Amino acid sequence: MQELINRAKELLADNTVARVLGWRAGDLPYDPEPAYFETEDALKDFVYNGFCGANLSKYMIEASKLEGKTLVFLKPCDTYSFNQLLKEHRVDREKAYIIGVGCKGKLDIEKIRKQGVKGIRGISGAEMTDDADVLTIDTIYGEKTCAYQDVMLGRCHVCKGKEHKVYDELIGESRETTDAERFAEVEAIEAMSPQERFAYFKKELSKCIRCNACRNVCPACSCRKCVFDSNKFDSSQKANADSFEEKMFHIIRAFHVAGRCTDCGECSRVCPQGIPLHLFNRKFIKEIDQLYGEYQAGEDTESKAPLTDYTFEDAEPSIIGERG
Amino acid sequence: MSIEAKEEFRPKIVAFCCNWCSYAGADLAGSSRLGYPADVKIIRVPCSCRVNPMFILRAFEKGADGVIMCGCHPGDCHYSTGNYYARRRMTLLFSMLDFIGVENGRTRVEWVSAAEGARFSDTMNDFVEKIRSLGKNVRLEDLRCRS
Repeated sequence: MQELINRAKELLADNTVARVLGWRAGDLPYDPEPAYFETEDALKDFVYNGFCGANLSKYMIEASKLEGKTLVFLKPCDTYSFNQLLKEHRVDREKAYIIGVGCKGKLDIEKIRKQGVKGIRGISGAEMTDDADVLTIDTIYGEKTCAYQDVMLGRCHVCKGKEHKVYDELIGESRETTDAERFAEVEAIEAMSPQERFAYFKKELSKCIRCNACRNVCPACSCRKCVFDSNKFDSSQKANADSFEEKMFHIIRAFHVAGRCTDCGECSRVCPQGIPLHLFNRKFIKEIDQLYGEYQAGEDTESKAPLTDYTFEDAEPSIIGERG
Repeated sequence: MSIEAKEEFRPKIVAFCCNWCSYAGADLAGSSRLGYPADVKIIRVPCSCRVNPMFILRAFEKGADGVIMCGCHPGDCHYSTGNYYARRRMTLLFSMLDFIGVENGRTRVEWVSAAEGARFSDTMNDFVEKIRSLGKNVRLEDLRCRS
């Protein structure tokens, strides 16, 4: 972490960059937040550890409009989002100085809590230089330990790899944390009967409080004006009379990013209700892979997105019913 | 004493028809006096590609029992490629509806040209029959939209 701060200070001092986009320590040891740092002095609050799951690439849309370059720290999976934004001309590569930071998997505080850890005072073992094997948690009830692997964010179990797709320089080591099948969750739901699936999504989505966090955090949701903000659309109201409204919201949210979603998993990470929102996106990715050929959004900046492309031999929509 | 009205289930069906092929096909079906149920409400769109996935969800929310989208045959689009894009979009939307547990039979895409009045009438008869067998769509309707 000190290495990152020192490098940021250097780049600020020689005016290569006008500001730094990184993570600032929060009130608690596990809630760092994205922040701009404009002076060397401000960098004293800079933090980078296992809880810095936030994907900073979306902030680069605004930063691209500011004067001067912005130094941004991107983890391997964040670079996919940045690439995708680059492809859509939403960010300016010239305005970004990208330091690819190492990532050994990011942590999910909810999973730590689920292990029965309460009254957290401090957490060690989540620093960049740590081996990321065991977390030692200092609580008001004494010291607790957790296996790092067990409390990682769901998305890290299906990690896309430790390679940065776009960067100016690299700092820190990464580790591939894949230990699950990417589409296993989707397949488990597909295996249910339609009634079970309907009940499952009704149960999950009825928790939705329409806070729009999933939309706001999504690096692919980059429209200046969003359809959900229109007052002609019923979903702009918080109160809803029917359960289908949430489903409609989440289907449309996922559909708008279909073919552009890099599967960064931010939607599920920020959901205050813990709804597995990534399932919708991953279902679309699975279908696209199967029907239109394997495609990973953000892998490059040239290829055509599946929904802005077609072939004469594409499957007819009736295939959905036919394959059962 | 009460009178029990024995009403036959009349489904509400929304058909999005493209201006150049399917809408003309519906016209031909009409002028050829080929019958299709009056339960089908046709909405004319400039091209099948104009159909936003939200239109389909919205139709369901407003109480439709089935939604069918008709466009020019692939390769015959008035705008050359519109229906190719629509085909991918609808495939994905239908797979998602299937994923969340909505019967797949309630949505359909058919390609009907301006010369296929008979095909239009057959398609609509068949679709209405299918929706009748599935029954009323209770899962998706937004109760506020009911008058």
